[in-house]
Amino acid sequence: MLKSYYSLINKWLIALVCVVAVTSILLLFAHTPPLTTYKLLLKGSLSSRAKLARVFQVWVPLMLCSCGLLFTFSMKLWNIGIEGQVMLGAIGATASLMWISPHFAPWMCLILSLGIAFILGALWGFGSGLLKTSGGVNEIFGGLGLNFVAQGLILWLIFGPWKRPGIASMSGTKPFDVSLWLPHIHRFPVLGMLLALIIFILTAILLSSTRQGLKFKALGINPKAGKLYGLSPTANTLIAMTLAGGCAGLCGFFQVTGVYHRLIPAISSNYGYLSLLVVMLANYKWWPIPFISFFFACLNVGSIQLPLILKIDSSLSGVIQGICVLVFIWVKQLSVFERADDT
Amino acid sequence: MDTTILLASVISSAAPIIFATLGETFTERAGIVNLSLDGTILLSAMVGFVVAYNTHNLILAFLASGLTGAAVASIVAIGSLFYGLSQVAIGFVLTLTCRDLAYFLGNAYTRLPGPQVKHLAIPLLKDLPFIGPVFFNHNLVVYLSYVLIIFSWYYFYKTKAGLILRACGENPVAAYSRGINVKLHQLAYTLWGGFWVGLSGASYSLLFKPGWGRPQGAEGIGWIALAIVIFGGWDPLKVALGTYFFAFLQLVGILLQSSYPQIPSQVFQVAPFPLMILMLVIMHISSQKTAKLDPQPQHLSPIQRLLRFLKTTPPAALGSNVHTKEF
Repeated sequence: MLKSYYSLINKWLIALVCVVAVTSILLLFAHTPPLTTYKLLLKGSLSSRAKLARVFQVWVPLMLCSCGLLFTFSMKLWNIGIEGQVMLGAIGATASLMWISPHFAPWMCLILSLGIAFILGALWGFGSGLLKTSGGVNEIFGGLGLNFVAQGLILWLIFGPWKRPGIASMSGTKPFDVSLWLPHIHRFPVLGMLLALIIFILTAILLSSTRQGLKFKALGINPKAGKLYGLSPTANTLIAMTLAGGCAGLCGFFQVTGVYHRLIPAISSNYGYLSLLVVMLANYKWWPIPFISFFFACLNVGSIQLPLILKIDSSLSGVIQGICVLVFIWVKQLSVFERADDT
Repeated sequence: MDTTILLASVISSAAPIIFATLGETFTERAGIVNLSLDGTILLSAMVGFVVAYNTHNLILAFLASGLTGAAVASIVAIGSLFYGLSQVAIGFVLTLTCRDLAYFLGNAYTRLPGPQVKHLAIPLLKDLPFIGPVFFNHNLVVYLSYVLIIFSWYYFYKTKAGLILRACGENPVAAYSRGINVKLHQLAYTLWGGFWVGLSGASYSLLFKPGWGRPQGAEGIGWIALAIVIFGGWDPLKVALGTYFFAFLQLVGILLQSSYPQIPSQVFQVAPFPLMILMLVIMHISSQKTAKLDPQPQHLSPIQRLLRFLKTTPPAALGSNVHTKEF
């Protein structure tokens, strides 16, 4: 028993050393001192309250997308279309704020736009689910196709019907009135954080203690057996994709109302793709999601100032995140192999 | 636009995608999915440009890119073949990681002028009417793409090695029982496929979108290449045709852009991808229909024949890790 604990700690120590070693070698390769870089990453994300607030602005979208992905991953679906679902949510939020804000109180507008964002994101997710179940297109490619469509749609809206008075530009649509911004306390996006937590708790409950969650799991582990038992893979695929799309849509809502206060071309900020890594690093389980999202958010925020100070690209955060996941899935598999050896 | 120029541009702009699609066809026909194409292309484009910039030796640059591609592919192959990891999972992580790695390591080489592949018309052949300007008035990269197409077709269907390659992808257990070292073959073909994907990256940074930057211009091509392999039904000639079709769509987009200036150019740049997905849907529905058709081809209408031609089936053991410890 003691020995197995020892080997467990040992393993994760090795994983950590691997991540740090590979990253350090890459940094040396780019003629950058690794220690200074790590210090900057830490300082850039956690050294002040304002920076911590920025970290939470990234944490919220990562949490929302990761919750959505938990549904699809429990069905063993690769919902790469999540990026487009975020964009559609953002479009929905922007459209509803634009059209109804003169007629209703700001808080009503915000609630309505939250609903519309959820619905549009869910529809987009349903679309890539439908492409899989009736179109025979693997969800990876269907989702990617829809991502491209969503990106095209946003660009068309920004340069066409929703362009700024005067000149259309990549900087996006006209910013909303301050009354339509999601309120912050000390720059902390408290309402967004609350939303993320609520969705997280609902997701955890749905997946771990309801019949629907069990259906997802059963079909994900063995679709054939699930079908023989009377579960419909088609219907459940569509449900999982729709739920994932809805969560992603909420992420789009937060990006519009809580972060940018307008629609910009890069509204999804790649958070959809990043969330896929979050959930993979969480080993497709719900409980590590908040912590890993926080860690990834720190990396993202910490790397913003790297180009200014060290003259290296901020994509370093993505490199570290990717290496983490690669090393993790490798080490995890090694322990599976060892268990197989024991028996 | 003149038909000759149009066709010539389709042929030349398809060349780098041909490398990626046919490289991936080798990999997938052997039963492995290398999903990392999008990142691999960018990383190898960066490596190719940096090597060419520092050494002024284009052959060395292409070689370095190819080896980069093979190195990334080796992670997918080793992880899935010897550790039983999900090919999709590793591939996807590598896609994102390699892209960021390319931006990170290539940062110092952003927007620098570098050497480029030179134009080289083939003497005599280039003077043929129509065929000359369309096919033989390009550069070595484009000619290499022809060689690759013909070689792939010949290798797949006319050689014993090609038969073994297909056997590994269709039924690895049977191949193993016939005394074939399936894992070794799959490893080799994944590396070989990755090598060509790497060359695709180099042809972007040294020829079609010369230079390095963020964005480089080759973003998204890897995903499109993966879709084209499905579209082409894992058959080298059909995959090549699919690639030319995609290049044609891209070009039509550029042409339409000048006729509709009020629509932003980015819309036309992303349009070909959804169109390819739409084609996949049509193919799927048509393949369900053709399954019920009369087997004798002379009774079919031309449209039914086209549908039958487009019908595809993936290699039976594609992406599965069926062989773990017992091999």
